[in-house]
Amino acid sequence: MVKRRRRLPGEKTAIFLNGRLVGYHPDGKSLSNRLRERRRMNELSSQVNIYYSHKLNELHILTDKGRVRRPYIVVENGKSRLTPEVLARIKSNELNWNHLVKMGIIEYLDAQEEENTLICIKEEDLTPEHTHLEVDASNLFGVVAGVLPYPEHNSGPRITMACAMAKQSLGIYSTNFSHRYDTRGYIMYYPQEPLVQTSIYKALKLREKSAGQNCVVALTSYHGYNMADAIVVNRSSIDRGLHRICMFKTYETEERMYPGGQKDKIELPTPEVVGYRGEESYKHLAEDGIIMPESEVEGKYVLVGKTSPPRFLEEISVFGAVEEKKRESSLSLKTGDKGKVDSVLITEGPGGNRMVKVRVRSIKTPEIGDKLASRHGQKGVIGLLVPHEDMPFTASGIVPDLIVNPHAIPSRMTAGHLLETLGGKAGALSGLLMDGSGFSGNTEDEFRAILKKAGFNEYGEEVMYDGLTGKEIKTKLFIGNVYYQRLHHLVSNKMHVRSRGPVQLLTHQPTEGRAREGGLRFGEMERDCLIGYGASMLIKERLLEESDKTIQLVCTECGSIATHDYARNKDICPICENENVEPVEMSYAFKLLLDEIKSLYIFPRMMLKEKG
Amino acid sequence: MMTTVKKQNVMIPPYEAVGVICAQSIGEPGTQMTMRTFHYAGVAEHVPTGLPRLIEIVDAKKEPKKAIIDVHLKSAYAKSPTEAEKVAKELASIFVRDVARVEDDLETLTIEATFSEKDGKGQSVTFNMLKKALEPFCSEMKVSENKITLYPAKEKPKETKAGEKKEKKITAKYVRRLTQKIREAIVKGVRGISRAVVVKDEDGYFVRAGGFNIVGACLNPAVDVKRIYTNNIKEIERVYGIEAARKAIIKETRDVLEMQKLAVDIRHIMLIADAMTYSGTVKSIGRHGLSGEKVGVLGRAAFEETIKHLINASAFAEEEKLIGVTENIIVGQTVPVGTGKIRLVMKHRKKG
Repeated sequence: MVKRRRRLPGEKTAIFLNGRLVGYHPDGKSLSNRLRERRRMNELSSQVNIYYSHKLNELHILTDKGRVRRPYIVVENGKSRLTPEVLARIKSNELNWNHLVKMGIIEYLDAQEEENTLICIKEEDLTPEHTHLEVDASNLFGVVAGVLPYPEHNSGPRITMACAMAKQSLGIYSTNFSHRYDTRGYIMYYPQEPLVQTSIYKALKLREKSAGQNCVVALTSYHGYNMADAIVVNRSSIDRGLHRICMFKTYETEERMYPGGQKDKIELPTPEVVGYRGEESYKHLAEDGIIMPESEVEGKYVLVGKTSPPRFLEEISVFGAVEEKKRESSLSLKTGDKGKVDSVLITEGPGGNRMVKVRVRSIKTPEIGDKLASRHGQKGVIGLLVPHEDMPFTASGIVPDLIVNPHAIPSRMTAGHLLETLGGKAGALSGLLMDGSGFSGNTEDEFRAILKKAGFNEYGEEVMYDGLTGKEIKTKLFIGNVYYQRLHHLVSNKMHVRSRGPVQLLTHQPTEGRAREGGLRFGEMERDCLIGYGASMLIKERLLEESDKTIQLVCTECGSIATHDYARNKDICPICENENVEPVEMSYAFKLLLDEIKSLYIFPRMMLKEKG
Repeated sequence: MMTTVKKQNVMIPPYEAVGVICAQSIGEPGTQMTMRTFHYAGVAEHVPTGLPRLIEIVDAKKEPKKAIIDVHLKSAYAKSPTEAEKVAKELASIFVRDVARVEDDLETLTIEATFSEKDGKGQSVTFNMLKKALEPFCSEMKVSENKITLYPAKEKPKETKAGEKKEKKITAKYVRRLTQKIREAIVKGVRGISRAVVVKDEDGYFVRAGGFNIVGACLNPAVDVKRIYTNNIKEIERVYGIEAARKAIIKETRDVLEMQKLAVDIRHIMLIADAMTYSGTVKSIGRHGLSGEKVGVLGRAAFEETIKHLINASAFAEEEKLIGVTENIIVGQTVPVGTGKIRLVMKHRKKG
C-alpha cells in the first residue's frame, strides 16, 4: 500500500526512467503531456510509455522490455483521430498500420500509462473526457478469448473454461503433419470452419485450420443418457465421419554406444539372443529388422528389432569359453496400442548414431467416454451412441447429431451457447457466415428475421418426433447448429484395467500407473473406511493377500528371518544356526521394514506364538 | 419390551470402530466448512470460527487466538442495560498508556506522566486513580497540575552467589524499561480482560469481553459466578476442573459445527471430548497428545517421527504387543476390530 503523501507547495515532480530516479521537474503533469505529444509526432519512439501519478507526484518514463502493450486510437476533444479522410486513405492503400502509428493516430499503451487514460469502447459514446478509443470492441479480448463467440453473453468462469478447452481441441495442428514425426499428433478428418465466427478468425487463419465441426444440436433429454453433462451422439453421424480423428504416435530407437567400443545393432534378433520374444513378435519385420510400413500392429509387436551387447563382460558360459551373448532390446508397441505403421524414418541421432523412427497411425472414432465441448465452456462426455433411426427428428426430417441436456444451461448462465445455436441455424439456412464477435456480432433479432424468412420458428424451436415410437413429442424442442470441438481426452488413451500384473522389485507390491499396467492404490483413507466397517478380513485381503503376501521363515530362537538351505534341504537360521524354524505369513513390506530397521543398527526380533 | 428393543438398536456392538467412525463423521463435514468468518457481536473482530477454530480446540491450545469471556450478571443487574454497562466498564482493563502520555527523561533519570483529561473522562479514570497505579513504581513523585514526575524506585537487589545483597544503581537503561512497564500498568479493571461490551440475550443483559480471567471477573459483586463462561478450555480446566473442560470442548465443537449448519451427532463430539480428557488433563489430539501415547512402537512410528520412536524403542528393548490397528496392518494380520476380534470357539463334548 502506498501512503498518500501531502504535497508541499512548489514541490517538484520526481522523474523516473525505467524505475530509476533521474531528476526533478516543477510540473510533471504538463511534462507528461508534452512528452506524449512528442511521441505522437514521432519524435520519440512509439515504444516509450509515460505515466504520471498525481498521488505520488511522480513521472515514470518506461522504455524497458517486457511491458505488455495494446493499441488504441488517440482521441482529441472527444473526436477520434482516425477521421473518415484517414480511413479513405487506408482504403486506397495509401496508408498502412505503421503509418497510423507514426502519425500518432494509433498508439500503444502499457499497463502503467493506461492509468492516465479514459478509454471509450464504441465511437458513438465518445465524450470530451475520453483520451482513447478502442480500435474494435473485440480488441478487448486476447487471441484465445477472441475466438469465442458471444463472450458478452456468458458468465466469466465459463469463458475461462472455454479458453482452456479450445486449446485442447483437435483439428489440424500443422499443415505439414504428414512430414512430421511428433511423439503424438492428432488430425481431424473433416474439420469445418464454424458457422458463427468472430472478427479475428480470418487473421488467425482459423478458417483454414479449424478444430471442430458444426453439429446439429437438440436441447433435450434422452432416456437419461445425457444426465450430468453427458452427450448423446447420433451413431450414424459418427459413421459418416463426425469428429473422426487420426492419431499419430512416433516410436523411436537408436543404436547406442557403450563404453568399451560396443554398440547396439538394429537387426532381426535370432533365437540365440537372450530374451528372445518368439517368432510371432517379429513377424512384421523386414530383413533389416525394421517394420514394413502399412503393417497392422497391436499389443506387444516389435517395431524395430535391436540387440545390445551383454551388460556384464565376464558372462562366461558353462563350458568356460567366453561367449558373446547378445541381449534383446527391441522397440515394441506399448501395451494396449493398436494401429497401422504409417511411415518409417531412418536418420542419425543427436550423437551421430543410427536412429529409427516409426510412426504408427490409428483412427479414433468417437466412442462412449470421449470428451466434446462447445466454445462456451459447455463440455461433456459422450454417454450413448444412438442409431439414426432412434433419434428424435423434426418435421422436415432433420435428425440431431448431438443431444445436450437442457439442465446444462441455466445454472451456468451460458446464454452465448443458445445464441450460437440460433446463429448457427440462421447461418445454415441463409448460407452465410454469422458474426459472433464480442460486443459487435450479429444480434438475436437478425437471426430471428432469417429464421422467420426461411419459414422456421423464429425462436429456434421445432416440433419433433420420438425416433423410437414415431409419436410427436409434446413440447417444441430447441434445435440448432453449434460448433463442437473434440478434446484430446480420449477414453482409449486412458482406459485401464488390471487383475493380475507386474509387481515392484523392492516391495513386491503392484506397480503404479497405466503405463506400467499398475493397480489402483488402496490408500490410507480407503483403509480407514474398511476399519470403520469393522471389515477386518477384507482389509487383510486387500492389503496382504492381493498385494505383497509372502511366507517367510522365522527362527523361533532369535526371532530373525531364516532361510532354506537347498543344498542340505533344511530350513536354518543363519544367525544362530538353529533348525527350529517356522513359516510365518507376513507382508513383504514388513520384511523390508525389518531389514531397514536392521540398517539402523536395531535388531528386531519376532517372538512367535500359536495363533489362538 | 419396547425399551429393550430400542436400547439394543441404539447400543453399539462390541468391537465397533467408534474412533474411526467419529473421526470420519467430524472430518468429512470439516472439509465442507467454509472459510467465511462470522462475527461475535461487537467484541474482538476476528474470532476464529470454522476449521481454524476446530483445529484450535482439538490441538488443546493454551490460549485461543481470540479468547472471549461471557460474564453473566446477577438478576438484579441483568435487567437494565445501564447497570450492565457499568459492570462492563468495571471489568475492562485500562492501561496507563490509555489515559496518560508517559515519557522518560534519561538526563535526570525521571519519568513524566501527563494525564489526559479527555481520555480519562471517556474511560472514567480520575487523576487520583492514575496516581495510585503509578505508586508502586516509584520512590517519590511530584504532582503538578496534570503532570506526575516519578523518581523510579530502586530495582530489587539480586542476591549474589556469596549471599550478600548488592545495591543496584538506577541506570538509564532501567528507566527506559520501567517506562515501558509503566505504560502497560493497569489503572482500572480486571487484568487480562479487555474491551467489554454489553450483549442482550433471553435472560437479559450480560457482558462479553476479550480475555479469560475467570477468577478476576468473579471478584466483581455483580457477576453471577455460576454462569461465567469463556471459550478458553484450558482456563476452564484450571478453574473448574476436567469435567467442566470436557463439557466446554463439547460445547465449543458443537458451536463451530452448528454455526456452519453441519449436523454431526453429539456422541461423536462427546467421544472426542472423552478421549481428550479421560486422563485427567486436557490433551491434544496429535503428536504431542493422544497419538503420541499409543502403546505400540510400530503404530507411533507409522504416524510421525518414525526414526525417533524406533531408536527409543530399541534403546529400551520395547516389545510390540500388536494391540493397535495400524500395527497389525503393518505386520499383515487381521485387525482387532469388528469381525477381526470375534472368534468362534467350539465346545468339546466328551465322548460317551
